[in-house]
Amino acid sequence: MIVSDDLFVPMRKDSASTEAIVRPQLTYWQGAWLRLRGNKLALAGLVIIVLLGVMAAVGPLISGHDYAKQSIISKNKGPSDMYWFGTDEFGRDVFTRVWYGARISLFVGLMAALIDFFIGVLYGGISGYLGGRIDNLMMRFIDILYGLPYLLVVILLMVVMGPGLLTIIVALSATGWIGMARTIRGQVLQMKNSEYVLAAKTMGAKPFYIIRKHLLPNAIGIIIVYVTLSVPNAIFSEAFLSFLGLGVQAPQASWGVMANDGLSTILSGHWWRLFFPAFFISLTMLAFNVLGDGLRDAFDPKSGR
Amino acid sequence: MLSFVFRRFISMIVTLWLIVTLTFFLMHAVPGSPFEKDGKGLNEAVAANLNAYYNLDKPLLVQYGLYLKQLVQFDLGPSIANSSDSVNKMIARGFPVSFQLGVVAILFAIVTGIALGVVAALQHNRLIDYIAMIIAVVGISIPSFVVASLLIKYLAVEWKLLPTATWGTWQHVVMPALALALGPIAIIARLTRTNMLEVLTQEYIETARAKGLSPATIVIKHALRNAILPVVTLLGALIANVLTGSFVIEKIFAIPGMGKYFVAGINNRDYSVIMGTTVFYSALLIFMMFVVDVLYGIIDPRIKFHGKESEG
Amino acid sequence: MEKQETLLEVNGLRVTFKTHGGEINAVRDVSFTLNKGETLAIVGESGCGKSVTAKSIMRLVPEHIGKIAGGSILFKGKDLAKLPEKEMREMRGSEISMIFQDAMTSLNPTLSIGEQIMEGIIRHQKVPKAEAKRQAIEILQLVGIANPESRLKQYLHQFSGGMRQRIMIAIALVCRPSILIADEPTTALDVTIQAQIIDLFKSIQEKTGVSIIMITHDLGVVAKIADRVNVMYAGKVVESGPVRDIFYNPQHPYTKGLLASMPRLDADRNMPLSPIPGTPPDLFAPPPGCAFAARCDCALEVCRHYQPDETNVHSCHAVSCWLQDPRAKKWIASTQAPTGT
Repeated sequence: MIVSDDLFVPMRKDSASTEAIVRPQLTYWQGAWLRLRGNKLALAGLVIIVLLGVMAAVGPLISGHDYAKQSIISKNKGPSDMYWFGTDEFGRDVFTRVWYGARISLFVGLMAALIDFFIGVLYGGISGYLGGRIDNLMMRFIDILYGLPYLLVVILLMVVMGPGLLTIIVALSATGWIGMARTIRGQVLQMKNSEYVLAAKTMGAKPFYIIRKHLLPNAIGIIIVYVTLSVPNAIFSEAFLSFLGLGVQAPQASWGVMANDGLSTILSGHWWRLFFPAFFISLTMLAFNVLGDGLRDAFDPKSGR
Repeated sequence: MLSFVFRRFISMIVTLWLIVTLTFFLMHAVPGSPFEKDGKGLNEAVAANLNAYYNLDKPLLVQYGLYLKQLVQFDLGPSIANSSDSVNKMIARGFPVSFQLGVVAILFAIVTGIALGVVAALQHNRLIDYIAMIIAVVGISIPSFVVASLLIKYLAVEWKLLPTATWGTWQHVVMPALALALGPIAIIARLTRTNMLEVLTQEYIETARAKGLSPATIVIKHALRNAILPVVTLLGALIANVLTGSFVIEKIFAIPGMGKYFVAGINNRDYSVIMGTTVFYSALLIFMMFVVDVLYGIIDPRIKFHGKESEG
Repeated sequence: MEKQETLLEVNGLRVTFKTHGGEINAVRDVSFTLNKGETLAIVGESGCGKSVTAKSIMRLVPEHIGKIAGGSILFKGKDLAKLPEKEMREMRGSEISMIFQDAMTSLNPTLSIGEQIMEGIIRHQKVPKAEAKRQAIEILQLVGIANPESRLKQYLHQFSGGMRQRIMIAIALVCRPSILIADEPTTALDVTIQAQIIDLFKSIQEKTGVSIIMITHDLGVVAKIADRVNVMYAGKVVESGPVRDIFYNPQHPYTKGLLASMPRLDADRNMPLSPIPGTPPDLFAPPPGCAFAARCDCALEVCRHYQPDETNVHSCHAVSCWLQDPRAKKWIASTQAPTGT
């Protein structure tokens, strides 16, 4: 290799460049949002949920029918111009009932998830933060509760309290908060003992400040994921209870009740009575699950994808 | 190891007692006796006799004591709706059927779920992985009764491959077991895949490769063994899942299992049956969880030798 | 220097990694030889490519993550870089073995120690279990574990750190390989245990004649055990030679910097430590010239533009540095002239 002689002089230095870090950094939330945006499936789920919400609000209004109005001549008619999703055995419009039922099912799902969230965060947060013997006691209590078969307790409560919207929500919330409480407590414990909290404490930060600036932001990710994923669970449970005859009472309709009523149609051929409620139950659960998964991956990219 | 088993056993008894107590007091929280409710149109004298017969006129705590005494003798009481029948007899009739269904569903779910998860992990980020995970999400999202309906509609009604309902031959087991297993398959597959992916990045896998072991040996003997442990802990919850799911599935397929009696009891407000079957189910579940815990202890040598300090 | 038998010959090895951000040139044109019965140390900072080089010898880096982009690895008449995977698997564990840094995570916690030793024996030698057990006991004795017979059934968590490392060494040696590659074997250990393990390596080499490639960033370890040293920086070997030459007559500014940055007991406590300023270059886009130029006190213009040739300081001591070029020496001489005598 021929190298010219005049290159053998000292190199001009540019010291700043030697310590420069090459790639730009992202904040936690920016990173999470970017990852979520890249997850097409999760975004689709989000869009579906929004659409479902919109339809639940306006569906019964735009159909031109009343959800409870019976019509003997229109019994069991298939989907048509007049009845977009067909009619059921009492001549009621399935389309209207589906979106009316959407309100109930979504309401139950969200309420149960939210109540679980509140109780769970409070219980878990207090237990984790206080630590020591109180924490032990509170966790013991949860361990015993956890051993109880969830659905059986729900069924029992429903039988005792009588069916109805309120009882469903109460029954679902009664044991669902345990998982959230455990998770939150775990988070709080982990953070309490983490080094950055210790560092903040040694710099004189007050407990409230630590909670606000350190514990909360880190816990929110987990909480959001958990709440999102408890919704489909609640919706499923509601449908399940309806199948056992413990759902809301006529003429009110939830998807679960409608699906239950529509069961017999497998043989009779009036497929639309089972198909639509079942389809929307599945779609909603799918959307929430996919969104929840996407959120989980967005907040914690190391979680296995 | 023994102390581990012992502790779990005590735990089991305590939880069982709790459930019994909870069930008892919940059932009796309903005002009035089951004979006055639902307007059965019984005259007072007969109602009074029935109340006395079923001990319903005694103070609550006494009833509780009597009930516990009954339970210890494994007597779950008579049916209130049908006085010639007893809960024990119902269970004897229905349980074998439900047990068959449940076992088939769970075994199928475990084998399929693990296989699916392993394949997805080995083909990480390629087409098979993507497809498997879509199937898994869908499996978790579609409720078992919807799956059941679809299966009946197509496999039985349209294509006439399998019988629509009831029980009897192995063909009758296929659809209900499939419907019950789909959710668990999805859950197991996802968990196995996540665990396998994590285990495959562990250093001891690299050591195994550095030894020149074949890929099959590495996957099965080294990776899978470690990846499966968390799935075992999940087993308890899955059994519960299949058990409760069976109520609805048995109803849809008109299978003469325990679910039938349980659901009928609920519909008839037959408190005795509800209590009895709930206690039985709970006992079963809690016992299964106990077995799973012990199983986990056997598989994970760190628990097996719990308490032994490291030597040297 | 006596003519030694060459066991392994690496020529122009290049390894690239595919990542989201682009291609990383982890190993850029590395060449060296390993002679029979010697210990070769490969030193350098984290990320300089020493681990990747070692793993590439055994083809342990999965194809779809990092591939050997060029060069050859000659061993016993075969080019390991091009060997079919099936044949490579025969080599691993029986002809060439590797041990890793942390024995706690590098061994399987749910299999017994005995099982992990014996599976290698059975795999490569296809002997019955009883014979495998006998060999396992023998190798455990060799690495200094007492009561080997009873310890075969035990599990990882029942051993201390030093013992775990010995077990890993036992597993690697049980099939009597020709080459043992040790990737930072002492880094995760206490200092006293480190000394024991180093002595163990030496005694094993005496007893079995195995050739060792020792990867480390700890120059103290190098001084104790190495016969020859390769100094790596940013994916290339910048200096190589016998251990005494490297320590007492380092030529490359990076090597000098490494040696100078070691804290010494006999140094003046009031003097500050002298680290090498700056950080290694981004391997996505390595500089066209010498990769160390940005951090080098003696850098010349030519260093920025061209990769230096390799020059032989002695028969076995080689350096890749423009300062070795006679023109550079002339320049240095001219700047020192007024102050020299």
